[in-house]
Amino acid sequence: MVEYWRWREYRWHAQHKDWREGELVTAGVDVGSVSSQAVIVVDGELYAYSNMRTGSDSPESARKAMEWALEETGLTLDDIGFVVGTGYGRVNVPFSNKAITEIACHARGANYMYGPNVRTVLDMGGQDCKVIRCDDRGKVSAFVMNDKCAAGTGRGMEVFADLLALPIEEVGELSFQVEEEPPPVSCTCVIFAKSEATALLREGWPKNRVLAAYCSAMAHRVVTLLEQVGIEKEFAITGGIGKNIGVVRRLEDEIGVKALPAKLDTQIAGGLGGALFAQRLLKKKLAAAA
Amino acid sequence: MITAGIDMGSKTIKVVVLRNGRIIGKAMILAGFESQQAAEQAFATALEEAGITGEEVERTAATGAGRKYAPRTQQAISEVAGDARGVHKLYPNARTVIDVGAEEGRAIRCNEKGKVLDFALNEKCAAGAGAFTEAMSRALEVKIEDLGPMSLTSENAIPMNAQCAVFAESEVVSLLHQKTPKEDIARAVHDAIASRIVSLARKVGFEPEVVLIGGVAQNKGFVDSLQRALECQVMVPEDPEYIGAFGAALAATEG
Repeated sequence: MVEYWRWREYRWHAQHKDWREGELVTAGVDVGSVSSQAVIVVDGELYAYSNMRTGSDSPESARKAMEWALEETGLTLDDIGFVVGTGYGRVNVPFSNKAITEIACHARGANYMYGPNVRTVLDMGGQDCKVIRCDDRGKVSAFVMNDKCAAGTGRGMEVFADLLALPIEEVGELSFQVEEEPPPVSCTCVIFAKSEATALLREGWPKNRVLAAYCSAMAHRVVTLLEQVGIEKEFAITGGIGKNIGVVRRLEDEIGVKALPAKLDTQIAGGLGGALFAQRLLKKKLAAAA
Repeated sequence: MITAGIDMGSKTIKVVVLRNGRIIGKAMILAGFESQQAAEQAFATALEEAGITGEEVERTAATGAGRKYAPRTQQAISEVAGDARGVHKLYPNARTVIDVGAEEGRAIRCNEKGKVLDFALNEKCAAGAGAFTEAMSRALEVKIEDLGPMSLTSENAIPMNAQCAVFAESEVVSLLHQKTPKEDIARAVHDAIASRIVSLARKVGFEPEVVLIGGVAQNKGFVDSLQRALECQVMVPEDPEYIGAFGAALAATEG
């Protein structure tokens, strides 16, 4: 059976850089409910990362993600001076020196990825969705979160990819391959939206049209959350759904604000923020020891 | 006088035929994608059971989410009205009606005459409806009709963290991975949906007697969880899923 929701796992490291030339090597491990990332920074600069699916065992997922990020770099876990665990499974990162909430880490990561002008961060993850307000140093001043309901999360999109038998990484593009923009599906609940979509397919709607209707319902759902905090510019998106232009573009249209273009992988924001916190904590630790 | 009631539910269509207020025929059929056709079929089956022809039915009333698509009807009443009507006839002392259907849950408070005083609905979220137990029975790989009896054998109350049916499915799968007995998971599923329904019942200020109707009332595990959560006895009529249609047929009697 083809698992349409299954996205590709991957790793990356800066091949032109040598970590041995750096002073402080730190890491952040974000164990989310759906995906886990390990991010390594050298002196506060992004050096390597991995992104994989979280398994049923959080410590094991953290370990695997870390091992994969280290691969090909010549680094071992012992070379890493400080590790911050974050995300839903942050207390289950066996080799971490400290756990920090994903809210703080996402804001910090977004500050690095998008620059100090970011004030509103929308993190659209696998099983939750957060709106974070932050200052020029990436410090959180307010946030709201939906973690109760699958509508507006990556999990909801996975359910639709499976229903429509379309690969999850392509659904964003495909949702624009329609003659005209359909009205959004009316059900918020993913379970009910699935029944609604099935009925639309029966009526003869092409798959892409159903997808478009779901993407715009999802965008609308997220906008209601955004409005609770208010959108102050600059606006940035992190998390896996940040890669789904079907949702992102419709969301931008609805709020009338463009999100800053992503230069780095939106899914590593939490882990990256964790690694940057780890760098500061390591400095402190070394200073205290000296 | 012969009347009929059609309940155009989101998942199933129910038809009840009455002669002088007594049930002489009934039928239930999956709504599918052609609900009108399904309604005609249910109607024909109920007439056959009653041993009468369509012409002998004087009046027909419809209720349910799809009531405006019901064939052969002269009037339509809301699900709340249909439920209250049907329950009051069977249980004159009922003050609270709880109806848990496939895609909706509702709590209704009524007075000694069966008049509706207040009601609360959940139609937005699968967590408080039959769709929730169906999704969980799929995750557990247990037939829906076995879920209730299975949960009754559990002696362990374990909490479910997820409210959303989509997240609860993943939680059930990870509980299975942790070798949690299926019986305990089944009970946790019923406790979870019961707690959603209790919050609806609290909204209307429930008081006894409490009568539970709708398809999910067939699930004895859910009834058990609901009684525990409400801390009061809950009565379930025979054929609880027909009460809305029965109420509509009673309404048709009065025209």
